[in-house]
Amino acid sequence: MAGAKKGLVLLDFWVSPFGQRCRIALAEKGIPYEYSEQELLGAKSDLLLRSNPVHKKIPVLLHDGRPVCESLVILNYLEEAFPDASPKLLPADDAYARAQARFWAAYSDKVYEVGTRLWKLKGEPQAQARAEIVQVLRNLDGELGERSFFGGEAFGFVDVALVPFVPWLPSYERYGEFSVEGIAPRLAAWARRCAERDSVAKSFHPPEKVDEFINLLKKTYGIE
Amino acid sequence: MSSSPPVKLIGHFASPFVHRAAAALRLKGVPYEFIQEDLENKSELMLANNPIHKKVPVLLHGDRAVCESLVIVEYVDEAFDGPPLLPADPYDRAMARFWAHFMDTKCRTPLVLSFLTEGEQQEGFLKETKENLALLEAQLDGKRFFGGDSVGYLDIALSGMSRWMAVFEEMTGVSLLADDDFAALRRWAKEYTSNEAVMQCLPGIEQIKGHFSATAKKDKVKAVATAMQQQQ
Repeated sequence: MAGAKKGLVLLDFWVSPFGQRCRIALAEKGIPYEYSEQELLGAKSDLLLRSNPVHKKIPVLLHDGRPVCESLVILNYLEEAFPDASPKLLPADDAYARAQARFWAAYSDKVYEVGTRLWKLKGEPQAQARAEIVQVLRNLDGELGERSFFGGEAFGFVDVALVPFVPWLPSYERYGEFSVEGIAPRLAAWARRCAERDSVAKSFHPPEKVDEFINLLKKTYGIE
Repeated sequence: MSSSPPVKLIGHFASPFVHRAAAALRLKGVPYEFIQEDLENKSELMLANNPIHKKVPVLLHGDRAVCESLVIVEYVDEAFDGPPLLPADPYDRAMARFWAHFMDTKCRTPLVLSFLTEGEQQEGFLKETKENLALLEAQLDGKRFFGGDSVGYLDIALSGMSRWMAVFEEMTGVSLLADDDFAALRRWAKEYTSNEAVMQCLPGIEQIKGHFSATAKKDKVKAVATAMQQQQ
């Protein structure tokens, strides 16, 4: 693409867990990139609107100027476009393990989807969201089982997909009046284990900041 | 010929999601047993193999269960020999996955609600749907299939548009693909539904109509429309 910036640029937003998925994968694989903080609550940049005209959302990965959108699409792209970068997040020769990883990575979206309803809604719809998120976390706890990571011995695709929601959990716990330790203890241990990784620690913001951001969103949406 | 564990597909003939899985198997030339599921009375087999979502399709490959239609399509592409369903180039693969995701997230709900609602609400969903269809029309860009010269992952992901859309248009009198703006999509629908492998697992218009007429009771349709709107 003529005149396009060479290399990788990640259009992102500091607190976005979807952006963090990409940052963590890039860090794990040691792939250099330029981070570009985007204005989302104000006017979106021309670059963002041009790069993701369909959704107008981050994250967007620009590779030599060509945009790749949707966090899980980006994760798959990094696996495939940088085949020599290690570690592999998806097992190379095991189609079934790859299918399981894709299934659970997509499922992990539910934590954010249902968690958002938890702080946005009141009354019966909020109670429903609470019941749902407890079930989602239990399902994830069950899938993890006694393993160190969803990827088995090694931090993998599902771990990258799910870990960015960890700093949001304390807020969800408060709004939903439950404790992750209580309902999904293995998942809670996994979260602590992941937080020790450089790639994860460097991309995380403390839960207090996340909670502040939720309050900002509530104000923006006019929610009490 | 090496013996491979048997393949079974738990599904329902009228489901466009099940069709995705079946089309992938047919295009790869994988023999399979189709197990028709009674969705009003879900089987132990299905529930045991898809405890998380309790939905069809479920692919059983020996003792492996794979759930979620697009995950199944990628699994079939990787686990079996045969013509590749996803393109080779990583960027093209990303585009195929992006547009499939677009159909399932941004496009599907307003599309279905275009058929299930009335009046001003319906006007809104129709407008949004036509904008979404225009984006897909543009993706065809003069090609025979979204995948190029042959049927691929994105064609399979969008296959609901090739048959089910026409059924709902007939049942409701709503006109979408018939619009002047969607000549390429109409051509594509003809090409897709004429493909030899696809035809073996594509339900007929009357078959689909029969199923949805039988199950569509006014209050049930209203319940589905309301639930979908709440999910937006």
